[in-house]
Amino acid sequence: MKRIIIHEEYCIGCGLCEVHCIVKHSRTGKIIRAFKEERDQIVPGVQVERDGYESFALQCRHCDDAVCIEACMTGAMHRDPETGAVLCDTDRCVGCWMCIMVCPAGAIQQGADGTVASKCDACTDEEIPVCVANCPNEALVLEDEE
Amino acid sequence: MKSKSKYLIIGNSVAAVAAVSGIRQIDESGEITLVSREPHHTYSRPLITYLLGGKVTEEQMAYRPADWYEKSNVNALLGTEITRVNPDEHTVETADGETLGYEKLLIATGGTPIVPGNVAGTDAAGVFTFTTWDDAKAIEAYIAEHGVESAVVVGGGLIGLKSVEALIELGIQTTVVELAETMLSASFDRTASELAQRRLAEEGVQVRTSTTTEEILAQEGRVVAAKLTDGETIPCGLVIFAIGVLPATEIVEGTDIEIDRGIVVDDRMRTSVEDVYAAGDVAQARELICGEKRCIAIFPNAFRQGDVAGRNMAGGDASFEGGLVMNSVTVVDVPTISVGVTEPLDDSYETMVQLDEDAYTYRKIVLHDGRIVGAVFVGDIERAGIITGLIREGLDVSNFRDMLISRDFGLIQLPTEYRRRVISGTGTRA
Repeated sequence: MKRIIIHEEYCIGCGLCEVHCIVKHSRTGKIIRAFKEERDQIVPGVQVERDGYESFALQCRHCDDAVCIEACMTGAMHRDPETGAVLCDTDRCVGCWMCIMVCPAGAIQQGADGTVASKCDACTDEEIPVCVANCPNEALVLEDEE
Repeated sequence: MKSKSKYLIIGNSVAAVAAVSGIRQIDESGEITLVSREPHHTYSRPLITYLLGGKVTEEQMAYRPADWYEKSNVNALLGTEITRVNPDEHTVETADGETLGYEKLLIATGGTPIVPGNVAGTDAAGVFTFTTWDDAKAIEAYIAEHGVESAVVVGGGLIGLKSVEALIELGIQTTVVELAETMLSASFDRTASELAQRRLAEEGVQVRTSTTTEEILAQEGRVVAAKLTDGETIPCGLVIFAIGVLPATEIVEGTDIEIDRGIVVDDRMRTSVEDVYAAGDVAQARELICGEKRCIAIFPNAFRQGDVAGRNMAGGDASFEGGLVMNSVTVVDVPTISVGVTEPLDDSYETMVQLDEDAYTYRKIVLHDGRIVGAVFVGDIERAGIITGLIREGLDVSNFRDMLISRDFGLIQLPTEYRRRVISGTGTRA
């Protein structure tokens, strides 16, 4: 499958990945409205971690050996058979947070209303995830993997 | 003999489902027969309290899609009870007197709820245990038929807590009776238990600790009150025993398969008898931190063990890296996560704590020998899994330990090598 590779040596912590993720997952798809009207309803699937001058952008790793799928008690967390992405079916999620408990990357969040899990959906409807497409430094790149 | 399967699985919950997928990773076509006492399509057992409370529909109970058995090429014998395993003959017997043969057998029978034998009157109508979908339906029907307005839940552990929440949703006045000094004492430390208990009390739940039920009082065969060992009598129309479960080992008792508390297995999920595997709540496997074999009846453990068993049954080479006690449970509206050792076992353990009682937020990290061995999160659970990962890994955290308790703690503070592995996405198990 294709995987987003993080190159922290090129990350300057600009946060454009977060911005584009928020816009992409907004209702309006408009940057100003997404931030002024919808920001509190969107938890971005990518988050920039910063510590001094070090930074990197982290989204769900869509692990081959995904502990969140194993821990999910409802079957909501699953692997998309077509893309290989790890996705949460929010109709089936009951917000038990087992996935948050086990994800070693800390890449799953409580959704904005606190009832279902929220995570990177790998922009499966895009050719290239928006965080990758809009990174100015190729600190996020999409690579093919076996 | 009616049939002989390459793989025979007894059980239909998480360990059994994981075993099927584990087998199918390696063997796409070998015949799998799955036998379950319960008549239902595989369902999410932890959702039974959500179902009673009306938070999920029957459709949402499905743990896997309706065509899952078919797509996985599994012959599912639902509503069929196994009464006996004959390892020498490689057969099992059903309650209907049929004999089923196997090449590889997995026992994933789960747990049996405990009803204390020393409590009088537990055979009264309106007294339930609560571990199956049918229990949920029976409790729901009893409440409707008899207009139950008050209930006693015996046991303040996780099943008890979730039962209480369902009863609150139904508007039933509920009292919890817990033998220990606090609720959730098995998974929480004292502070977290007290926070949880306070939050429940705010919702109108009565909590009685350091006491238990002595007798169930009935009139015309139906429960009317629970009498406690401290002398108090609590009128109630319903009693749920939620004391815990014991490994359901009955069908292998008297065979050569070693049973201690549960069915003893090695890291490949093999029992002491050839071609017989066990996984899930019935199995007693190695625990990660202490290294001893223990029964850890939690969901992720059951999945992992089932997967390992399935792969090995199909000729693979999978190994269980050790079970870790962990629970994630929301108390009314306060999310909580607890992992590993939550109270120091002796003076050689250190703890780091952050507590805000008014906000219901609490974080605690337990360290031993430079490594994290346990953690508790109440209220703020964001990124708790990073800590779980460090516990699993057994990473020496001495160089950055002061950061661990901070809300801003992230992967970026971790050693580069570990961080690289976590973000590589190949899987991160220690």
